[in-house]
Amino acid sequence: MKVVGLHIGLLAVLFALQFVLPAYHHGNLARIMVLASYAIGYNILFGYTGLLSLGHALFFAAGMYGMGLGIQHFDLPAAPALIAGVVSAALVSGGLALLALRTTGVAFMIVTLMFAQAGYLTILYFGEWTRGDEGFVIAQSARMIAGIDLSDPTNRYFAALILFSICLVVCLWLIRSPFGKTLIAIRENEERVTMLGYSTFAHKLGAMVVSGTLSGTAGATYGLLFGYAGASFASVQYSIFPLLWVLLGGAGTVLGPFVGTLFMFYLIDLSSGITSAYMLIAGVVLVLLTLFAPQGLMGELRRRFWKGLP
Amino acid sequence: MTLLSTKGLSKSFDGLEAVSSVDFELPAGQIRALIGPNGAGKTTFVSLICGRLAPTSGTVTFDGYDITVLPAHERIQRGIAYTFQITSIFPGLSARENIALAARRFLKGAQVTEVVEATIDKVGLLGRADQTAGDLAYGHKRLLEIGMGLAQNPRLLILDEPTQGLSDGEIEAFKELIRDLADQATILLIEHNMKVVMATANKISVLDGGRMLAEGTPEEIQNNFAVQTAYLGRDDA
Repeated sequence: MKVVGLHIGLLAVLFALQFVLPAYHHGNLARIMVLASYAIGYNILFGYTGLLSLGHALFFAAGMYGMGLGIQHFDLPAAPALIAGVVSAALVSGGLALLALRTTGVAFMIVTLMFAQAGYLTILYFGEWTRGDEGFVIAQSARMIAGIDLSDPTNRYFAALILFSICLVVCLWLIRSPFGKTLIAIRENEERVTMLGYSTFAHKLGAMVVSGTLSGTAGATYGLLFGYAGASFASVQYSIFPLLWVLLGGAGTVLGPFVGTLFMFYLIDLSSGITSAYMLIAGVVLVLLTLFAPQGLMGELRRRFWKGLP
Repeated sequence: MTLLSTKGLSKSFDGLEAVSSVDFELPAGQIRALIGPNGAGKTTFVSLICGRLAPTSGTVTFDGYDITVLPAHERIQRGIAYTFQITSIFPGLSARENIALAARRFLKGAQVTEVVEATIDKVGLLGRADQTAGDLAYGHKRLLEIGMGLAQNPRLLILDEPTQGLSDGEIEAFKELIRDLADQATILLIEHNMKVVMATANKISVLDGGRMLAEGTPEEIQNNFAVQTAYLGRDDA
């Protein structure tokens, strides 16, 4: 009960903040919520199943381009384009899972990294369609769902909040379901799970598809809300970001991805206001956190104060 | 009725034959002990049965079906449960969740709770069920491991040195548990403690150097000269 209260409480606070935040932070928070949704997707595979992927940018981009190319070349309205983005992320993550899950550990990291790089290069190669590095702007007229203009800051904030709520609820529901509990068991001791009669392959496949689909949904929404799709979202940097956010916030906690994304975003935002060497400040803080809160902020909270925190 | 049988079952590691052409039959309802000196191939043999290892040659038949090529989890789904010699639990989860994972594979909702509570009671972990499994004492981890086997309600339960590290009192309770279980499941027990073997087994198989050396009732085995030389001749391990 306490757990449900905490998460609903956070969503209520985010809802209320909409009315009090100044425009700048208002826009930031919308962005953070979409990126945190991406991190929640990442966390399902990394934090709960124990599989470290270095290729999630592929899923984020699959969603973004599934949506963006649908609008750009097939004149899809925003809602069907969004669905196209979600479906393409599901397909790409399923396909990659079938290949990458033949490996484990370091090999899994390398295989996911390589496929994501291949995806990035594919986007560049078909520059005629994707406009490569430069990317393309999604026109405001195409960013309407049911007459609601998603480029308007208030609508955008609510759309981001809806996405974030869905991802949060899916994650919370998943990890309390028998399927999710088996994923956690795989993280703890995969061989034992096999010897209890579960197909660990089928479970990891499911986890990767859910993880990739949530990531891609975040990617598609990001493109739609901020009106741009570009190859940089498929680059290795965007595979590392969710890993960092999740590590900082707490791998294997439901709120960790949000806390990590929020923390990292404002760490860079505030330190870049002080000095041009802002990455130095960010780096030092990250090192300190890794030293003194190795399980991330929410992980530390769980260890010290609230053992049952999901 | 034969529940489990192997024919010509062999396993080599880099040319070293750990299990060598073993023919083995286990009728349903029996408690069978598998004994033999260290390195005799006991754990390798049961690993071939439950699918942790693939055999070099030979077949495994369970309940009339050839399961030789099935992956481990499908063999478990058919009713084989294996408890590890080296305790293999989920250290970060509660003892209760450890057992629930075993039951949840084939049960849902309230039925899971029912089986879990009954199992915790059976193995004597009442009052420790909410502890993190990794924090339990060694003996309690062993009991948890056995509980994860029981909770699967298996037709064949393979116990790999279950009493290792248990106290005398816990061993007595374990013997009781095995006897109770005999009418529900067939049991294949790898065991070094000969007192446990003599008190529980209907029949004993002796493995030595990867070969089946002898088979018989506890009395027959005790009187078998070859076995005494290979195994019993030394002081009880």
